[in-house]
Amino acid sequence: MKRDRMSGNEAVAFAMKQIDPDVMGAFPITPSTEIPQYYSKYIADGEVHTEFVAVESEHSAMSTCIGASAAGARAITATSSAGLAYMWELLYVAASSRLPITMAVVNRALTGPININNDHSDSMGCRDAGWIQIYAENNQEVYDNYIQAMPIAEHCRLPIMICQDGFITSHAVENIELLEDDQVRAFVGDYEPDHYLLKKGEPLAVGPYGISAYYMEIKKAQAEAMKDSRRRIYEVADAFAELSGRRYGMIEEYMMDDAEFAIVLIGSSAGTAKAAARQLRDAGVKAGVVKIRVFRPFPWEELQAALSGVKAVAVMDKSEGFSGWGGPLFAETRAAMYDVSEAHRPLMMSFVYGLGGRDVTISTFDEIYGDLARTAEAGKVENIYRHVGVRGDEEGIQG
Amino acid sequence: MTEKADYKYRLKDELNKKGRFAPGHRLCAGCGAGVAVNAVLRALEEEDRAVVSNATSCLEVSTFIYPDTAYEDSYIHSAFENAAAMTGGVETAYRVLKKRGKIDENFKFICFGGDGGTYDIGLQSLSGAMERGHDMVYVCYDNEAYMNTGIQRSSATPRFADATTTPVGSESYGKKQNKKDLTAIVAAHGVPYAAQTTMLGNFRDIHEKARRAIYTEGPCFLNVLAPCPRGWRYEMEDLAEICQLAVDTCVWPLYEVVDGEWRLTYEPRNKRPVSDFLERQGRFAHMFRPGNEWMIEEAQQYVDEKWEKLLARCK
Repeated sequence: MKRDRMSGNEAVAFAMKQIDPDVMGAFPITPSTEIPQYYSKYIADGEVHTEFVAVESEHSAMSTCIGASAAGARAITATSSAGLAYMWELLYVAASSRLPITMAVVNRALTGPININNDHSDSMGCRDAGWIQIYAENNQEVYDNYIQAMPIAEHCRLPIMICQDGFITSHAVENIELLEDDQVRAFVGDYEPDHYLLKKGEPLAVGPYGISAYYMEIKKAQAEAMKDSRRRIYEVADAFAELSGRRYGMIEEYMMDDAEFAIVLIGSSAGTAKAAARQLRDAGVKAGVVKIRVFRPFPWEELQAALSGVKAVAVMDKSEGFSGWGGPLFAETRAAMYDVSEAHRPLMMSFVYGLGGRDVTISTFDEIYGDLARTAEAGKVENIYRHVGVRGDEEGIQG
Repeated sequence: MTEKADYKYRLKDELNKKGRFAPGHRLCAGCGAGVAVNAVLRALEEEDRAVVSNATSCLEVSTFIYPDTAYEDSYIHSAFENAAAMTGGVETAYRVLKKRGKIDENFKFICFGGDGGTYDIGLQSLSGAMERGHDMVYVCYDNEAYMNTGIQRSSATPRFADATTTPVGSESYGKKQNKKDLTAIVAAHGVPYAAQTTMLGNFRDIHEKARRAIYTEGPCFLNVLAPCPRGWRYEMEDLAEICQLAVDTCVWPLYEVVDGEWRLTYEPRNKRPVSDFLERQGRFAHMFRPGNEWMIEEAQQYVDEKWEKLLARCK
């Protein structure tokens, strides 16, 4: 085990180098651009054997990965925002063709208006594409999640996104612990698919016209694979804990054992939420945080266990779903809690925050915890769907 | 490279080879696409393996309907506009896996797209793959409209053609624009080989061009005129004749660009008037109505100008 100072982008590129996959197809887009840049340098210096395909678009990046993966290669890419949106159509194709492509997503707001800063609208937009989605709070998790990606994806034959927050982790430098190259190679192993286009003596056809008589069977098989992936995610996490001493699950519970008020969120803001909860605990408030690590498959069982009995919960979405009723994480978290008995079912509210890089601070979370306490006191939710830190927004949360 | 030195084209020998494109696919009778695919794949040496790929198209939805495939070789399709990039991915995987000692056979990569998937929505993907230099052949089967969705105009549709998004009417004479010159556009990428062909006589032209494209290292391009009986409105048994007329009227000249050098591969002994080609097809029927003579004149003038320019380029 060695320690190094790395940005989130470099940590991903470094993990890629340790794995040395077969094919990388990528196109630059802020803030993920550094990943193919670092990787191109590794190739230029002869440190890896990967073929880098410097495509003319993200659409072609994903197309390259689809072709390469179907051919029998381990294929990777990296992107953000509009780049991910441009891949959209092909994300579904990769998933339905059961190609375990690994994509490093550096989350950035989708254009409208153009903005290069962090939110989760890009990967939330493709949450139903059939990809496993794992999110990171900090640079260590980015690295650790990437090392676990292929053992999960290749076993489940599902593509996987390893997401991190643009600039916040991608460009900030932190001390992280790195595994040795041989440890990573042994952990990730060789990619040995059962069927592939270039297999000797066995031609394979990929990507049929799936008429109504077959289409649903294909979709059901994907759905089953996604359900089963949860077990694999834990298996890989166990093995990773043994290797590194760092343990991961579907979610992370922070001070949740006796929590009365909880914030549920994804990504780097969890660190700020934890700091707020810690301070409130010192003041006697039973605050807790639930961080979603895996969003696809959705950790509904884990959330039920974590949030059952909590008085009031704020679900924080770093993307607008425009449902008129809260963000996507809120909708799914609240749906998961429907099965909890009424006595244990918390009051729940949706807070949309951090869009286009809008900052959130400890005082923001203080405000939200305060709102949760007032809501619990009142015994009912006054306003189910609010925004955080929007100027002139009297219904919203400031701070 | 496994091209045989003692090769000599004989149609009979070629027809005796084991076919790589099985009958029973769902393409229409009289469709040029299936004939083109058969002709191109026949140019592979028997011992070579191939990965055939498709852009979404009539060809794709007619030849790989789950669970049946018409291809003896490995095959992949993923979307409409990305076939060249996807094929580049397959080819890249081949190079890496070979270098890493995971495979030892020889593979060739042949991608088929229609004019919609090639001239239009897939042009960026094609341009990127050609520029990057993947060792592959991209074959456009050009039937001059979006036939799979029902005969809408494409940039390959010739001027005056009656298509469903350029219908003929009291205020419309059909498509207004001339056909995009895609072969020249691809040739301008500096690829080692680009050619125009179609299905003629004993199939020597398409065979030899396909063979050259497959066995030339680097990105190669074939543009195959592949008539569509539904869209062009000709009798299905007339396919061969329509192809011949396209060539003899110089509407579809046959040429190749080898390492930047332009070569005419067929010069009609008697260049026939373009009306001989037009009158056989329902999509041009309005051009023959009284008062519309100017359409035929302008069509002739355009073909003549293009032909003269091509001749000058091939000198």
